[in-house]
Amino acid sequence: MKVILEIQRYDPNQNIEPYFQSYEMETQPEERLLTVLMRIKQELDPSLGFRKSCAHGVCGSDAMVVNGKERLACKTLIKDVVTDIDRSIRVEPLQTLPLQRDLMVDQTHFFQNYMQVKPFLINPDSPPEAERLQSPKERQQIDEGTSCILCASCYSACPIIQEKNPDFLGPAAVIQAARFLDDSRDRGFAERLPELDQDNGIWPCENHFECTRVCPRGIKITKTINLTKRSITKYKDLTLS
Amino acid sequence: MIKEYDAVIVGAGGAGLYAALEASKKAKIAVLSKLYPVRSHTGAAQGGIGAALGNVEEDKPEWHAFDTVKGGDYLTDQDAALVLAEEAVRAVYDLEHRGLPFSRTPEGKIDQRRFGGHTRNFGEAAVRRSCYAADRTGHMILQTLYQQCIKNEVSFYNEVQLLDVLLEGKRCTGVIAYDLATGEIITFKAKAVLFANGGVGRMFRVTSNAYANTGDGQALLARRGVPLEDMEFFQFHPTGIREMGILITEGVRGEGGILRNSTGERFMERYSPTMLDLAPRDIVSRAIVTEIRAGHGIKGDGQIDDYVFLDASHLGREVIESKLPEIADFVRTYLDIDPVESPIPVHPTAHYAMGGIPTDLEGCVIADEKGTKIDGLYAAGECACVSVHGANRLGTNSLVDLIVFGRRAGIHMGRFVQESNPHPVSPDSAASIEAQIKALKKRKNGPAPEMIRKRMQNSMMAKVGIYRNGRDMAETVEELRELRQMYREVGCPDLSQAFNTAVLEVFDLGHRLENPYITAVWALNREESRGAHAREDFPERDDTNWLKHTLAWLEGEDIRFGYKPVDISRWEPKPRKY
Repeated sequence: MKVILEIQRYDPNQNIEPYFQSYEMETQPEERLLTVLMRIKQELDPSLGFRKSCAHGVCGSDAMVVNGKERLACKTLIKDVVTDIDRSIRVEPLQTLPLQRDLMVDQTHFFQNYMQVKPFLINPDSPPEAERLQSPKERQQIDEGTSCILCASCYSACPIIQEKNPDFLGPAAVIQAARFLDDSRDRGFAERLPELDQDNGIWPCENHFECTRVCPRGIKITKTINLTKRSITKYKDLTLS
Repeated sequence: MIKEYDAVIVGAGGAGLYAALEASKKAKIAVLSKLYPVRSHTGAAQGGIGAALGNVEEDKPEWHAFDTVKGGDYLTDQDAALVLAEEAVRAVYDLEHRGLPFSRTPEGKIDQRRFGGHTRNFGEAAVRRSCYAADRTGHMILQTLYQQCIKNEVSFYNEVQLLDVLLEGKRCTGVIAYDLATGEIITFKAKAVLFANGGVGRMFRVTSNAYANTGDGQALLARRGVPLEDMEFFQFHPTGIREMGILITEGVRGEGGILRNSTGERFMERYSPTMLDLAPRDIVSRAIVTEIRAGHGIKGDGQIDDYVFLDASHLGREVIESKLPEIADFVRTYLDIDPVESPIPVHPTAHYAMGGIPTDLEGCVIADEKGTKIDGLYAAGECACVSVHGANRLGTNSLVDLIVFGRRAGIHMGRFVQESNPHPVSPDSAASIEAQIKALKKRKNGPAPEMIRKRMQNSMMAKVGIYRNGRDMAETVEELRELRQMYREVGCPDLSQAFNTAVLEVFDLGHRLENPYITAVWALNREESRGAHAREDFPERDDTNWLKHTLAWLEGEDIRFGYKPVDISRWEPKPRKY
């Protein structure tokens, strides 16, 4: 199947502004978009810059915007993004993060927000010799959050970060905080609270559901944000009263 | 640019991160990764980490050690296997204490499932030993260790590519790396360097390995005169998604999945009457290829791309969704198949290097048959060879290896750098690398790197794969010699400074050409069949002549071979039956 890829290009040392370049490629409908990008790099244009590693959706390297939606290139098949009528695929870098080159963005800020919520188990009690016990139900509670691969798709798709508040903590960091707050083994609620309960913390979220829509791991992000907001309110009510 | 640390760790997967946690207690450490930290390939491990916790049935570390030795076809060093199995228990509890979300039993303990080659009472029957977090155990280990590194404020250099290692006599003094963002060369001066850069699977066409797994550490150390050990032993995982090579965890069979040929027969009954589908990987992979060659593949044409079915449909939706959710997702995404309803088309996929940089039990790299150490040089994880995996690694033992030996290497290295003084590094240590990059960017009309890569991968896949013979391997060695010659003329068409991924790919290819060459020459040298090394022209294991580790030096285009005895102090080698 012949497709036309319209790819955003930008070299910081040569271009003032990003621009689009078209590549016509013969592809298979079941081919991964990542494979097609690699073929462009190998066969047509070695200067095309993008990130990749595992190529099957677990490392989080190759999130990008494809036909206007955040996706992992390695989990996007050509047939998912073309129709019989429209055989063009528009490929852009993630939004809301500084552009580095072509499809690569600077993830520093995204990772800083992640680190800010103290994404590690906090429990001052010394552990038993064997494992800490946790029921299957308690474990299930954190299942979704622990599957996050920090690909930054949600951060890119968030209308709050895009339009209103670039300093909003962002969906992924809240999910990572919730992953620990909801862990029956964790005792770090009070320690994480100041990071979440502030102007740029959890509260800017307005339920646009864009993060949930684009998450390649199928995490119900918006729902978790709301549940976390609720437990923060509850926690504050309890500690104040 | 020169940066100075007590110690530098190359690679931010399980072994590197664990070593960093230990070493950073005592020393100033930098972790270098060619990726962002949580992108490393440890994250792709699925089915579990083996440890004799005995949470669901009786189990003992001694049984685990024995299985590891037998699984490795008696090339495993038995003292190392005992360390692995005994420390696995503590390692798993430690990960749990650090927050790893293991799947749980109804009583709230860590749940365990069956895995290939793991048995009760020295081979009686399959045992539930694999501790798992659904089918994303590696992802959870990587996340948990990275979280702990954040907590302990470990310094990371992301997206730096290793280009050279500084060795002066029998001492390591640092590494030279390329910074992707700026195109700058950074010399990392250090009292010690730990290699934890992972595997070499990308030398084969069909592989479960990430693009990043190009064996940089192995290649660079070999070039610098450090021997490599047992590189002829390379594991094919039996169940990769057809043609794509994406891993389908052994956990599917651990939960009860069954391999079937074109007639629907459960063919493993004929190859492994006791363990059936849970025989070790080398045995299952050979069985699949034998079925395909006999015309019992699903296509039936006996070609290299034929396949068999992995049937999990009888497990039911609940088991698949709760215990194997990633697999279900891969199969739906890439094959448009629902594993609850249809079998999965699979064939073996290049997966794991048993061989690598030779180390002792503390992760110290050894330089010769006598075990002479190179001061300040360490290795751990897949790039290292302790040897706990012998001629064939058991499923779940890669993750155990990362944690147990990553920790031991980190502890030893932390102590070493406290007791030693920095060594001078010559100011022009990076000059030759800088000259190489300049020359590379000047060459315009060289051979296409892509053509070299494809030829290498196809030749390795067809001729140095699951079944091997002298004639085929000799052809591959010749072809690789030719490709290595051609590589010297390769140029880089992208001249830019910032984020020049094309330059990196040319360097990657150079590293990638060392490892298959080494693998193929080593394999041709070993005239027996043992574990994953199955020779049609030497079909039997030969303990009289070959119960020994290969230690070999790359000297330009030549290879000098040496050998190292195997520790067999605990169990006498026996014929391997399952």
